[in-house]
Amino acid sequence: MSELPEQGQRVGTLETDNSKTVEGVLPEGWEMVIGLEVHVELATTTKLFCGCANNFGDEPNTNICPTCLGLPGSLPVPNKQAIEFAMTLGRALNCTVLPSIFARKNYFYPDMPKDFQTTQFEEPTNAEGFVQLPNGRSVGIERAHIEEDTGKSTHLGGGGRIHDATATLVDYNRAGVPLVEIVSHPVMHDAETARAYVAELRDILLATGVSDARMEEGSMRVDANVSVRPIGNDELRTRCEVKNINSLRSLGRAINYEARRHVDLWTNGEEPKQETRHWDEDGGRSTSGRSKEDADDYRYFACPDLPPLTPTAEDIAAIDAALPALPAARRSALAAAAGVEIADTTLTVERGLDMLVIGAIQAGADATVAMKHADQNLSDGQGQLTLESFAALVVMEVDGLLSSTQVKTVLGELVANGGAPGDIASSMGFEAMDTTELASLLDGIIATSPDEWARFLEGDRKVQGHFVGQIMKATQGKADGKVVNQLMTQRANQG
Amino acid sequence: MSGEISRDEVAHVASLARLRLDDNELDTFTEQLCVVLETAANLNSLDLSDVPPMAQPYPLTNVMRPDVLVPSLDRDEVLAQAPDVEDSRFRVPPSLGEAP
Amino acid sequence: MSGAQELAASIRSGVQSAVAVADASFGAINERDDEIHAFLHLTKQRAQIQAQAVDDAVANGNDPGPLAGVPIAIKDNMCTRGEPTTCSSKILEGWRPPYDATVIGRLEAAGAVIVGKTNLDEFAMGSSTENSAFGPTRNPHDTTRVPGGSSGGSAAAVAADFVPLSLGSDTGGSIRQPAALCGVVGVKPTYGAVSRYGLIAFASSLDQIGPFAQNVTDAALCFDVISGHDPMDATSIPNPLTPTLPTVNDGVAGMRIGLVDELMGEGIDDDVIARTNQAAEALTAAGATVERVSIPATIYGLAAYYLIAPAEASSNLARFDGVRYGQRVEGQNVAAMNVATRSAGFGDEVKRRIMLGTYALSSGYYDAYYGKAQRVRTLIANEFATAYESFDLLLSPTSPSTAFEIGAKSDPMALYMCDVCTIPSNLAGHPAMSVPFGVGDDGLPVGVQILAPMLEEARMFKAAKALEDAAKGMS
Ligand SMILES: [Mg+2]
Ligand SMILES: [Zn+2]
Repeated sequence: MSELPEQGQRVGTLETDNSKTVEGVLPEGWEMVIGLEVHVELATTTKLFCGCANNFGDEPNTNICPTCLGLPGSLPVPNKQAIEFAMTLGRALNCTVLPSIFARKNYFYPDMPKDFQTTQFEEPTNAEGFVQLPNGRSVGIERAHIEEDTGKSTHLGGGGRIHDATATLVDYNRAGVPLVEIVSHPVMHDAETARAYVAELRDILLATGVSDARMEEGSMRVDANVSVRPIGNDELRTRCEVKNINSLRSLGRAINYEARRHVDLWTNGEEPKQETRHWDEDGGRSTSGRSKEDADDYRYFACPDLPPLTPTAEDIAAIDAALPALPAARRSALAAAAGVEIADTTLTVERGLDMLVIGAIQAGADATVAMKHADQNLSDGQGQLTLESFAALVVMEVDGLLSSTQVKTVLGELVANGGAPGDIASSMGFEAMDTTELASLLDGIIATSPDEWARFLEGDRKVQGHFVGQIMKATQGKADGKVVNQLMTQRANQG
Repeated sequence: MSGEISRDEVAHVASLARLRLDDNELDTFTEQLCVVLETAANLNSLDLSDVPPMAQPYPLTNVMRPDVLVPSLDRDEVLAQAPDVEDSRFRVPPSLGEAP
Repeated sequence: MSGAQELAASIRSGVQSAVAVADASFGAINERDDEIHAFLHLTKQRAQIQAQAVDDAVANGNDPGPLAGVPIAIKDNMCTRGEPTTCSSKILEGWRPPYDATVIGRLEAAGAVIVGKTNLDEFAMGSSTENSAFGPTRNPHDTTRVPGGSSGGSAAAVAADFVPLSLGSDTGGSIRQPAALCGVVGVKPTYGAVSRYGLIAFASSLDQIGPFAQNVTDAALCFDVISGHDPMDATSIPNPLTPTLPTVNDGVAGMRIGLVDELMGEGIDDDVIARTNQAAEALTAAGATVERVSIPATIYGLAAYYLIAPAEASSNLARFDGVRYGQRVEGQNVAAMNVATRSAGFGDEVKRRIMLGTYALSSGYYDAYYGKAQRVRTLIANEFATAYESFDLLLSPTSPSTAFEIGAKSDPMALYMCDVCTIPSNLAGHPAMSVPFGVGDDGLPVGVQILAPMLEEARMFKAAKALEDAAKGMS
């Protein structure tokens, strides 16, 4: 292997200790060991080795050519964009980008046109990285290699179940679509971490734009390798590979089911068979797929039709320079700017509101208030809301010019249509009440509610709501509750 | 390397390659493959520890094409060559299981 | 039929029509191909259309190209759109590819007229063209003998004067050995000089397409047309290639030529060695210096080749599974269908090599076989490189013997030995060609092989032309 370009680590550190047992999932004394293989379809215009469209849902067998149909005599030529996307993803996963070669993985299957898959084996493009999760922990990544997708089989008869099918129909539109297979180390020990890892991967894919990462459409496919072991033991026992997991919810269920099945087998003195299993979401169980007992012999060898990829240090520097801010880095930045824990930034970053909040804070807005609105009132994103108006609005709230409720209403309008916050507030009649006006209103209410006022003076804070409610009624909600509270305290202190 | 291949190994290799051999063929092929592999055994006398493997004779790297659409084949022309077609798809007998 | 260059000149100048020349070619095939069986399929309609287009171009004052109206035969392992392409295998019987190989497009763009597809050993695996599912081809010099192989049909078509040019493919000698046995010129270019797109792969890292011709000049002309970068083949050399035709007559004065010791001894017939020595003398007479050179690793070529080629073939031929094209034998499930189709569709030699290659790649054996063979390749390439520090070209026999009787070599290993002189160039990726040089004791043609460094085809053709001239003087 040629010399590796210098590649610094990016965000966070690799901390693989994710050990944790979840109450009630496994019997006392057992832990699960989970490694995930995630296949991601790259968002290129064309396929990995030919110029056919990489499109989901087209009429069957319309995006095919000699190469992706594996016709005799055809040859592959790598798609530059696919290779760049793969390297971008590798760097986003904190991997080292390496000189790499394409290999052939030989096995017969009708949806694989050449009866070998062009993939990477001993020399993958990306090796040894990690993904930092919102909880601060990391999941180590063994490799993220480039390979081609297969066609799509439809099994006729038997209710679509493969074993009872009477025939199979094959559409090769998907054959040759570029994939990156991201292989984690077997370092996860509970379904929640696995789900968090996949969710984080999805966010990274979306942030980098290398994939649309839709689990339901199959552009992101997760296979879970699950085994169990007694706690305190670091052996790796027989694992099963669970396929057909179509959502984050399925992922958690499938892992828990499979781990429990293994514990039951071991406890009964049996041993799980190493095999591929199929997750049945409706039935809530995994079923035996293809046995891996007589170990597959894929006869990997370097594909003689494809010269090696040898990215230079400059190529990798260019990829790094073009990388957008990634979720982990954004969480850290927001946590620092807002003075909160990283775990409390997850939602804001997921919604893509972190730059808005940081910007507002820098423009003088109160961090806590800004975070509160981002989390509670901007669930559909910022829409037409600009950083400046958000900052201005938060400042108005802190200065007591608008109530929290009013700010929420104004925000709704700003998200929908944009505009200047002050104008919108006044057009909605949200002028802040003059304090003297409020004070005289309060005096009137004290006069008509002597009993309640007496109780307030005795320290019964529950009656506070009576006065605030009356004032709100009188002002049609324009009053700021906090200001009313302050006035009541002042008046009480005056005796 | 031993320069030899057993009858069982030939049978295994045939099954990997999706070929069926009858008993006579198995005997004949085993004998013939042994002869070829014996010839291959003369590579044993070479010390190749310092010699790198050559996968391709002309040392090219980073050969790539732009991500630009090229017209696909005419579906009817392609399907006309298929042994069996249904619903614009290639029809095959049922699969026994999932791909590995 | 005259040579390609003269034919093209006379068609371009309107002396003959391309349509008439094509008819003459079909007439010759019609007359004698029942006996020779060089062709599996004639592309009459396509030829008619192309010849007419060439004649129209001439009539309109347009340049129809350097191969204007020249009939050419194509080995049936290169894809021709809408025309049968079988690799001489039952498994591809009836298949009509939906696309043309790159070389086909280049030939037609240069004005050549494709007249048909020629016989070969099934999937180019063989050295006699006896391993064709559609019957053997016979040597035009003696129809009881083989034409060599695997491109036997293309060699015979040129030797029988059906066409002045044809294309073959050479993985371990499949152009040069039949050229030698049929007394024609055959060229294996530098790996990557000619696009493999549309050539049905046997062993991808060894396969090269190249021309057969009745003379060296025509071979150079055809090579210049078919070579050059192709973006559809990632192993195609991007550098512009030096044209070979302009310098073909430049001679060998001052060239240093090495006669390869290891290819001049055991296993090579005496008459063949005698002709090769005479060729060396002829080159000396033409102004070159010829010395003996030892390239020890070449003796390991055969063993390495019979691991690498089958290994790659086992993977390349997996796609013939009865799913998408070609023949199918039904089965209860898809695996049974694959097995039935492949067992019925492939001949014994193909099965033998698929199994050998599957074995060489299988886990536990990879390092001992395939991995080791790849290191031998490096060794051979290194020794060639050393030799080329002292020599401009190398010389050897092409084939250990002249054409042998049909059926004479029934044991696979005996046939494998036919390629002992030609295999090293494929392993190294270097160009090499066979030039007819006299006859053997049996009166049948002998070919000598000229080997050149990577991309030095122009130099190789100069020596070939000098030998051709010397051979003319001999007879
Ligand atoms: Mg994979
Ligand atoms: Zn395609």
